[in-house]
Amino acid sequence: MNIHTNEALGLDLKNRPDISYIANLVKPGERVLDLGCGYGELMLILKNKGVRVQGIEKDDKCIIQCVKKSLYVHHGDIDDGLKHHLDHSFDFVILNQTIQQTLNPGEIIKECLRIGKQVIIVFPNFSHWQIRSSILLSGKTPVTELMPFHWYDTPNLHYLSGKDFEDFCDFERIKVLHRAFFNQTRQIKLFPNLFATLALFVIRA
Amino acid sequence: MPTSEQNEFSHGSVGVVCTQIIQFDSLTLEGGETITPLEIAYETYGTLNDKKDNAILVCHALSGDAHAAGFHEGDKRPGYWDFYIGPGKAFDTNRYFIISSNVIGGCKGSSGPLTTNGKNGKPFQSTFPFVSIGDMVNAQEKLVSHFGINKLFAVAGGSMGGMQALQWSVAYPDRLKNCIVMASSSEHSAQQIAFNEVGRQAILSDPNWNQGLYSQDNRPSKGLALARMMGHITYLSDEMMREKFGRKPPKGNIQSTDFAVGSYLIYQGESFVDRFDANSYIYVTKALDHFSLGTGKELTKVLSKVRCRFLVVAYTSDWLYPPYQSEEIVKSLEVNAVPVSFVELNNPAGHDSFLLPSEQQDSILRDFLSSTDEGVFL
Repeated sequence: MNIHTNEALGLDLKNRPDISYIANLVKPGERVLDLGCGYGELMLILKNKGVRVQGIEKDDKCIIQCVKKSLYVHHGDIDDGLKHHLDHSFDFVILNQTIQQTLNPGEIIKECLRIGKQVIIVFPNFSHWQIRSSILLSGKTPVTELMPFHWYDTPNLHYLSGKDFEDFCDFERIKVLHRAFFNQTRQIKLFPNLFATLALFVIRA
Repeated sequence: MPTSEQNEFSHGSVGVVCTQIIQFDSLTLEGGETITPLEIAYETYGTLNDKKDNAILVCHALSGDAHAAGFHEGDKRPGYWDFYIGPGKAFDTNRYFIISSNVIGGCKGSSGPLTTNGKNGKPFQSTFPFVSIGDMVNAQEKLVSHFGINKLFAVAGGSMGGMQALQWSVAYPDRLKNCIVMASSSEHSAQQIAFNEVGRQAILSDPNWNQGLYSQDNRPSKGLALARMMGHITYLSDEMMREKFGRKPPKGNIQSTDFAVGSYLIYQGESFVDRFDANSYIYVTKALDHFSLGTGKELTKVLSKVRCRFLVVAYTSDWLYPPYQSEEIVKSLEVNAVPVSFVELNNPAGHDSFLLPSEQQDSILRDFLSSTDEGVFL
């Protein structure tokens, strides 16, 4: 996507529990499509593990960095770059902090479920207590560490919480295989919709 | 190996080079006819290693030739891809052995309309048989085999060179490790054929044309110059032309050209006549127009044979070979699970971009070639 969230956050990737979680889910030899792969950090970790991974990315600078890392990337837009992929041609399709930046998230998720046997979706959790209290106390659109943008310069077009996503899956009869919640350093198990900054779902059609 | 950002786009030169001509017994063309003997003009830069696994074949575009890098004795201008081929450059001659050959049907030393027909001792001219992109590639294969190279490290080319690189990947899938296709297409669109047709008609309507059997003193130069002018418009972009020429200087002269862009095109046309043959122009543009690996599902089926990694580069401002044609190749490769990187560069120079210096392009070519691992993908 245009602005890569990981990069904008300046997070140390070694302290990214969501990325370790994903790396543990995918087995060597499996095929993965990373949508909005950014600078290719996740792809590189997966590739080093022996996963057959390819990515799509919109930003020129990111593409050049991915080629530098010997990664296979498609310079293009997710909103119109997936149709050619055959049904269930990937073991996993990954949307790592991408979905909130797409124009039609519902359609994209359905398209991902068509081409991936499983889909991993990670997004910033909009119902984190800091965001809730920021709105309540300041009366303004929150600017937080996880979503450090203003209303006028944010790449995020959609805001959703873990609960919103569960509702969506229920309504669309999408099967949730795993769910995990994280903050910047670890997995959150207690009241995740309140305390997690990131939500991860593994789904299938 | 250059390390700092500054050195990354360095300008080492391969120095003085000269084009060689090699002769083979014959080549049977896809159309059934045979060229006897087969002559190929070529240049090489760098050294072939003992394992013979560091060779890169560079394929030229329509008006190019074997002279890709360095200088011919006394020349002021280097080969057409000198920005990218040389010591420390993206196609690093300290690491790779670069082979560049003139296509058959061309007019720069390889068998073509200007070469002599052994049967009557006269130049073939328009009696030279029809050649295809496949034939050009089959001739290159003979040259590559002559060096004892079983598998090329890479085949690379832009525009018509990109079509040759693509053709290599399907005709000789086990003989290349990497394929670089720039500003190219799996087949010409009606618009691309249309531009070439206007160029050919300009030649055909020249009073000196004589069905292609013109004498060298009386060539269809005006027609060829017009064809080149036409072509040249398609190689540039609107933005580039506006920047370079604007509307200067409109003097309202009826008798001669009065705009800078007009003088520029006339100059380009006239200087082309000195270095290119009208028959070759027709042969090579026909080869381009006839080339087809198909589109959509057909292309996907054809590309299911490939066994190499791909880098496909397109340019946003290229309206002659628009990025959608490159993306079509990429999508067909992706459906076949072929490892491919696709980059669309936002260089303003239009179709010619692949020939011009660009740090982004340099970095992509360099890094794609440098990542020597075969990839878990394969």
